[in-house]
Amino acid sequence: MNDLIEIRWHGRGGQGAKTASLLLADAAFNTGKYIQGFPEYGPERMGAPITAYNRISSTPITIHSNIYEPDYVVVVDDGLLDVVDVTAGLKESGAIVINTTKTGDELKSKLKDYKGSIYTIDARKVSIEALGKYFPNTPMLAAIVKVSGIMNEDDFVKDMEGSFKHKFAKKPEVIEGNMKAIKLALEQVTKIN
Amino acid sequence: MGIRERLSGNEAAAIAMKQINPDVVAAFPITPSTEIPQYFSTFVSNGEVDTEFVAVESEHSAMTACIGAEAAGARAMTATSANGLSFMWEQIYIASSLRLPIVMSLVNRAVSGPLNINNDHSDAMGVRDAGWIMLFSESNQEAYDNLLMAHRIAEHKDVQLPLMVCQDGFITSHSIENIELLEDDKVKSFIGEYKPEHYLLNRDEPIAVGPLDVQAYLFEHKYQQAEAMRNAKKVIAEVSKDFEELTGRKYSFFEEYKLDDAEIAIVCMNSTAGTTKFVVDELRSKGIKAGLLKIRMFRPFPSEEIAKALSHLKAVAVLDKSDSLNGAGGALFEDITSAMYTNKAQVPVINYVYGIGGRDTTSTDIESVYTDLAEIATNGGTNDFYRYLGLRK
Repeated sequence: MNDLIEIRWHGRGGQGAKTASLLLADAAFNTGKYIQGFPEYGPERMGAPITAYNRISSTPITIHSNIYEPDYVVVVDDGLLDVVDVTAGLKESGAIVINTTKTGDELKSKLKDYKGSIYTIDARKVSIEALGKYFPNTPMLAAIVKVSGIMNEDDFVKDMEGSFKHKFAKKPEVIEGNMKAIKLALEQVTKIN
Repeated sequence: MGIRERLSGNEAAAIAMKQINPDVVAAFPITPSTEIPQYFSTFVSNGEVDTEFVAVESEHSAMTACIGAEAAGARAMTATSANGLSFMWEQIYIASSLRLPIVMSLVNRAVSGPLNINNDHSDAMGVRDAGWIMLFSESNQEAYDNLLMAHRIAEHKDVQLPLMVCQDGFITSHSIENIELLEDDKVKSFIGEYKPEHYLLNRDEPIAVGPLDVQAYLFEHKYQQAEAMRNAKKVIAEVSKDFEELTGRKYSFFEEYKLDDAEIAIVCMNSTAGTTKFVVDELRSKGIKAGLLKIRMFRPFPSEEIAKALSHLKAVAVLDKSDSLNGAGGALFEDITSAMYTNKAQVPVINYVYGIGGRDTTSTDIESVYTDLAEIATNGGTNDFYRYLGLRK
């Protein structure tokens, strides 16, 4: 289990964090990994903070609990930085990826004692440019793939193309935009600490 | 060799039902099992199965429709959770006493109240004496595999009892994980055709189903039900062996994980067994002889076999994901301790009620149980045997 990677997603109901965690599980599955992708369920409300999780490993995963010491954290909405302890248990060898336009200093002050790496991406900008609408989950998915290095980028891009063709079989017009969002996000995710 | 897939536990159950292609499915949606009839109704409308799907107006009607269908000679399935099962209650007993091999997916959830939609085993524990065979599943794979074995067990002439396959709501039902599926044709030939001995639509043998059973007969009929449950053990063993030959996946009455040389062990069911395996591996790497006994077959209860498997231990903890609220201990604890007492296995046993209403059970929680067990193994038994795990006090 040495190569087990654990990821925790923080988003708001309706932003697609759960879908992103399932897509990440899918992509890792397609590279031959053992995967888990699951949200923490409650009575979901649009806009309320939600959590979703991924485990990815090259050996079977038997553990069935939430993740308390993740290797990576993805924050889909930077407003959550004020209301959720997003870095709780986050390993310092890991990283946090935040959808934000805030500066490095602002983020560092919000994350207080956290000493690990911080990456940012403006998923709103990427999404508006690629899709004309604000769907932060696709850019955030690409960002965490890039930051975590759980799979080769080219394989990921190819795999997502296949997934989108399947997922959006009845809405083929959104495939190109989503692929553009993936590619832009892979380029634009930035390490600030 | 099999099809590598990734599915949630609910998807896995729905796919199993698609491959089984039963004659009738009657179901009413309830969280967290809703997706099972939802996916299945898609298979129906796409023509992937030729099942008659009955979108009933309640769970009571779902079970009643399954009873009618099975009595007529059809293969019937359903899925539910928590209060859905509570609402079926009356019909649950009718199904088993009429000896109708209905198969149900029970996606375990806390029974209200107060209202809670998350996982525990209070729904299943409420029907443990209702005459249904009950198989528990650690993962999506086991939920799928148990469903594929279900009809062969339930419909066997020496059994003829309804069967429910349990899995943990949300924890496995909504988690996407790897799974190995069987090809459709292999499932079809493994399960075979349903040929009931007596059924309502047999014009050559007019029968009545469910008439009044007076003082002169009911006792004997109940004895026959009890005999059928005893017979089920042998049939479950046979079918599991055939399944292993087909898939390479071995299923016994219970799984012994690093148990044979263990000194301390946990007994539990469903997804917590997976977390416990993770902890057992960690403890073993530190030289601690920890083990696990995971119950798969809860009804019939394999008393003698369990007592034997636990008899060499220095201390055992039974984890109940439902509190019996009886001042004495959880349902599994009472079954395990009675099995050990009657089979003269003298080992200190303690009980933990845990995971109620979806309270997450972490590897740290499980590790604390082994720490308690190590203490008992060193210092001997305790009178403080009715405990709670993960409870805020």
